[in-house]
Amino acid sequence: MKRLISAAVAAILVFAAQSAHAGATFDAVKARGQVNCGVNTGLAGFSAPDERGVWRGIDVDVCRAVAAAMFGDATKVRYVPLTAQQRFTALQSGEIDVLSRNTTWTSQRDIELGLNFTGVTYYDGQGFLVAKKLNVKSAKELNGATVCVLAGTTTELNLADWFRANNLQFRPVVIEKNEELAQTFFANRCDAITSDASQLAAIRASSAPNPDDFMILPEIISKEPLGPAVRHGDDQWFDLVKWSLFAMIQAEEKGITSKNIDSFKDSPDPEIKRILGITPGQGKALGVDDRWAANIIRQVGNYGESFERNVGKDSKLKLERGLNALWTNGGLMYAMPIR
Amino acid sequence: MRGAVYQAVALLGVIAVGWFLVSNTLDNLSNRGIVTGFGFLERPASFAIGEVLAEYSPADTFARALYIGLLNTLFVSALGIVLATLLGATIGIARLSPNWPVRVIAGGYVEMVRNVPLLLQLFLWYALITQGLPGPREAIRLLPGVFLSNRGLVVPWFGPDGFTAPHLAGFNFQGGAAISPELAALLFGLSVYTAAFIAEVVRGGILAVPKGQTEAALSLGLSRRQALRFVILPQALRIIVPPLSSQYLNLLKNSSLAVAIGYPDLVSVANTAINITGQAIEGFAIVMAVFVAISLALSALMNWYNRRIAVTR
Repeated sequence: MKRLISAAVAAILVFAAQSAHAGATFDAVKARGQVNCGVNTGLAGFSAPDERGVWRGIDVDVCRAVAAAMFGDATKVRYVPLTAQQRFTALQSGEIDVLSRNTTWTSQRDIELGLNFTGVTYYDGQGFLVAKKLNVKSAKELNGATVCVLAGTTTELNLADWFRANNLQFRPVVIEKNEELAQTFFANRCDAITSDASQLAAIRASSAPNPDDFMILPEIISKEPLGPAVRHGDDQWFDLVKWSLFAMIQAEEKGITSKNIDSFKDSPDPEIKRILGITPGQGKALGVDDRWAANIIRQVGNYGESFERNVGKDSKLKLERGLNALWTNGGLMYAMPIR
Repeated sequence: MRGAVYQAVALLGVIAVGWFLVSNTLDNLSNRGIVTGFGFLERPASFAIGEVLAEYSPADTFARALYIGLLNTLFVSALGIVLATLLGATIGIARLSPNWPVRVIAGGYVEMVRNVPLLLQLFLWYALITQGLPGPREAIRLLPGVFLSNRGLVVPWFGPDGFTAPHLAGFNFQGGAAISPELAALLFGLSVYTAAFIAEVVRGGILAVPKGQTEAALSLGLSRRQALRFVILPQALRIIVPPLSSQYLNLLKNSSLAVAIGYPDLVSVANTAINITGQAIEGFAIVMAVFVAISLALSALMNWYNRRIAVTR
């Protein structure tokens, strides 16, 4: 009942909210001096507090990048941990300014929920994690299985669709929070757990009694482009969040990192001059400092640095770049040109 | 006259606030391009539900899915009310027992159970069942055809193929009927928790019957058990029923904690529907309306029973 009430209260915030005027979110964030950023309640590599209570992850880096662009200070973020169910209401009602919580960009969310997705931080796909001792080599062998799944995600839909399409039976156990979901799966209540493949890697690395006893099945049953979202009604804010992410990707393409950024200050490349704010004008049009992108790169790093630090080879998830490599390396990461 | 004016003003105030909230919400929703309305109920739900008491497939509508969730809520609440009443009445009477170990154990039960949040108790029962019991391939065989594992308790029962005994096939038991760990944990948690409150209601009701009644019954030669059965409890019942109704309503409402441990009750199904459709306000409105309707029906039933057992003067 308590959950119902808290969710209802969040819904009621929609009642109370003032009607939006252009630039409302941008101005409110600027006046407040910090970005209210909706993140996951705890998903290693994407958004989770570390042992000192500092939020870390690839989704958290988006929040930090936006703060760096806006205020020149990546720490000016208030993190609001949200369950899958709370996230859209929190954004719609104005409780948060940007939602960066491994959220799949779908037409329904973009069109019907009054949201705008600003880009893709991670190209993901739904998979299955099973215990090796089950001797299952393919998801097609899961007929009759019990499957643990997180409540309120596109995962629930894909799961039902895929089993129907393949004419297989299954029984879902739907649980609200990641931590309890993982605990239930590792207690062997379910034969398989399904989620985005990156999340399965995170769950296996952080919650499994022995990660080597579990494997991710080869089938990827859906496209899950994860990205940040803002609510309708403030295109200036939409632009800022969108270009903060593009700046990180573009910086990687140009080879600019948080470490070597100072060596580019005499670069003859006109695009690098624009990114670093040496050629003025761009920041002013966005409503922020001309060094907005330089601040992001200096304080948060480029996309590749963020990836490797949080989910890639320097993290315990050890995910490959795969689809998330730059387009120049055969991946899908492609920033619109900064000019 | 003045009273009537005050009441009219208060009523107008309530209507004005209600009107403001509704119109402001609709304005905000349309400003933000959020689709509203109950049209989504007719669309296919597309998600599966783990436990169903009636026919359901993902091709059915959202309305049907919510109905399945409602049946689960009613099912667990009805069973919970019966179990909590039996357990609560027993504990309540035990608290007044002349036998002190019985009295102390019953008192300890009440104090332990009602002072720990229900959500924690549900997590505890669920963890005990899923982590304490073996997997289906190592299930404990209690009786022929009756198996206990962390997939639940399976028993021989009538199914679509007639009377079948459960047997291990593939990942899990097929045939027969199963009580899932989610249902078991929720039912057990709700019953145990509510029973502690019911025990206090029962104890209070019995203590409220004047001591002279017991003494008179005993002096007439009735045994202690007979005095309780024929003299004390019938009088205590009239005191017990109204607060008991509140406990039943609490149990019904607490059943919405099911979402935390994966039992697909109305709230759990509505949560999923809200997430898929994004129609949070409509979804919550439906859930609230349903809970209010069930609660009012339950209250009406308890009031009718209360009048029936009342002393007619």
